[in-house]
Amino acid sequence: MTLPAVAVTDLRKSYGQLEALRGVTFEIQQGEVFGLLGPNGAGKTTTVEVLEGYRAPDGGSVSVLGADPQQAGSAWRERIGIVLQSSAMYPNLTVREHVALFAGYFSKPRNVGEVVELVGLAEKQNARVKTLSGGQQRRLDLALGLVGDPEILFLDEPTTGFDPAARRAAWDMIRSLRELGKTVLLTTHYLDEAEQLSDRVAVLREGRIVALGKPSELTGGSVATEIRYRRDGQEVLIETHEPTKVLNELTGEALARGVELEGLLVRRPTLEEIYLELTGSTEE
Amino acid sequence: MRLLLHQLRNEQRLYWRSHELAFFTFLFPVLIFVLLGSVYGNDKIKSEHHIKGSHYLLAGILGYGLASTAFAGLAIILVIRRESAILKRLRGTPLPAWAYIASTVISAIIVYAIEVIVLVALARVLFGVPFPSKVLSLVLALLLGAFAFAAMGIGLTTAIRSAEGSSAVVNAVYLPMGFISGSFWSPHAYPRFLEVIADILPLTYFIRMTRDIVLHNTEIWNEGTAVGVIAAWGAVGLFFALRRFRWEPRET
Repeated sequence: MTLPAVAVTDLRKSYGQLEALRGVTFEIQQGEVFGLLGPNGAGKTTTVEVLEGYRAPDGGSVSVLGADPQQAGSAWRERIGIVLQSSAMYPNLTVREHVALFAGYFSKPRNVGEVVELVGLAEKQNARVKTLSGGQQRRLDLALGLVGDPEILFLDEPTTGFDPAARRAAWDMIRSLRELGKTVLLTTHYLDEAEQLSDRVAVLREGRIVALGKPSELTGGSVATEIRYRRDGQEVLIETHEPTKVLNELTGEALARGVELEGLLVRRPTLEEIYLELTGSTEE
Repeated sequence: MRLLLHQLRNEQRLYWRSHELAFFTFLFPVLIFVLLGSVYGNDKIKSEHHIKGSHYLLAGILGYGLASTAFAGLAIILVIRRESAILKRLRGTPLPAWAYIASTVISAIIVYAIEVIVLVALARVLFGVPFPSKVLSLVLALLLGAFAFAAMGIGLTTAIRSAEGSSAVVNAVYLPMGFISGSFWSPHAYPRFLEVIADILPLTYFIRMTRDIVLHNTEIWNEGTAVGVIAAWGAVGLFFALRRFRWEPRET
């Protein structure tokens, strides 16, 4: 088995009194798209910034591409791409000039025109950054993270503030990274985004991982199935881990009595509901 | 080295494209020179051995230009980039920190060098100030000043908390300094307490040294006190720059 691209063990980090991370452990395999999902303040950005080398952990160990981000130098930075949650650009440089500028920081960058094309800014390539919309600037952010042709890309809330069409476009772009064999760590507080893009998702809550697995596994496994029906005008709700058995008994009994289970409904909670339950948040 | 040149080209492009910055740090001292030179250029300055005003003014404005390009301009650029997380973004690339800082300092020095050439040429054409004869000493003096003031500018960024505050703080430091140090007039004509302050400020020594070289054909190696004071101030700036420089914006 190959070395994981990212290995995080019992990572801890505090800001003064605030414990931002309270023992976070996960691995990301090479070529995997990994989603860190959680509400604001759960510790997503802190986790990513430790991996990027911006913050020193207080405890635990971290390895990215086999190196400790705190010790790693330029050679390591050649291999990683970073898209920060918010970072300005030079208002007076054009899109193309930005990408060319950042390409120049790397020894083996991707072709500038190609990258501009990839993020869908070909028509805007000679526009100065101050004339771009927020969504276009975010795409340029992505271009600057990609232009060094990194092995692993950190995307901190890449689509926050996008309209639905721009989000779809960004998703397509991130999917294309997977096809290139890149490892991607993506943070988001959008559940559908994590579900759509990630091979695996870690749900973060108050500095701890409360769930980790494939999006499909998060909805399966431990979660109870709901069975609802009406009996004598009363709503009945059964939550069970053995829906087949329970249903069999219910329907058998109903058939034997010659009655209909009115409004019979069998459903599994959506990922959304599980997420809200896991993160302890109410509906926004 | 390749990275340094790459970044330096970019710094130059950014500087000249930022019209506000280029105006206030590059053009403004030139305008002041032309303006003041025209107003009192023909006066004789009693406290300075009856030297002609415009001749006297050249060194003062060379000092003011130094403070505005290598000190004020550099500090403002760095604070704005720090607070808007551009520096943070750069730290995430293979560009080494030293190459980045060096490129901003050298870029400021290039701007200042162009300004010096413009000022000396204008002084010759408009006010008949002869070209300096001790060119080597002048170049060395200007370089010493540029590095020292750049170090102070970078050191000053550690005391500025926000992008909004950068121009305010920097102006509050360098405009009075320019005035008190005698950029626009002889400090010998000032009240005693201002003269005392002037005697501490590095710009005072830079202007005095430059004036000796430009007008009195002194060599820089005969300006030990000035060189020492300027270098000491530069070292103080460097100390704070090395100890307290931040690459990331303040956490809010």
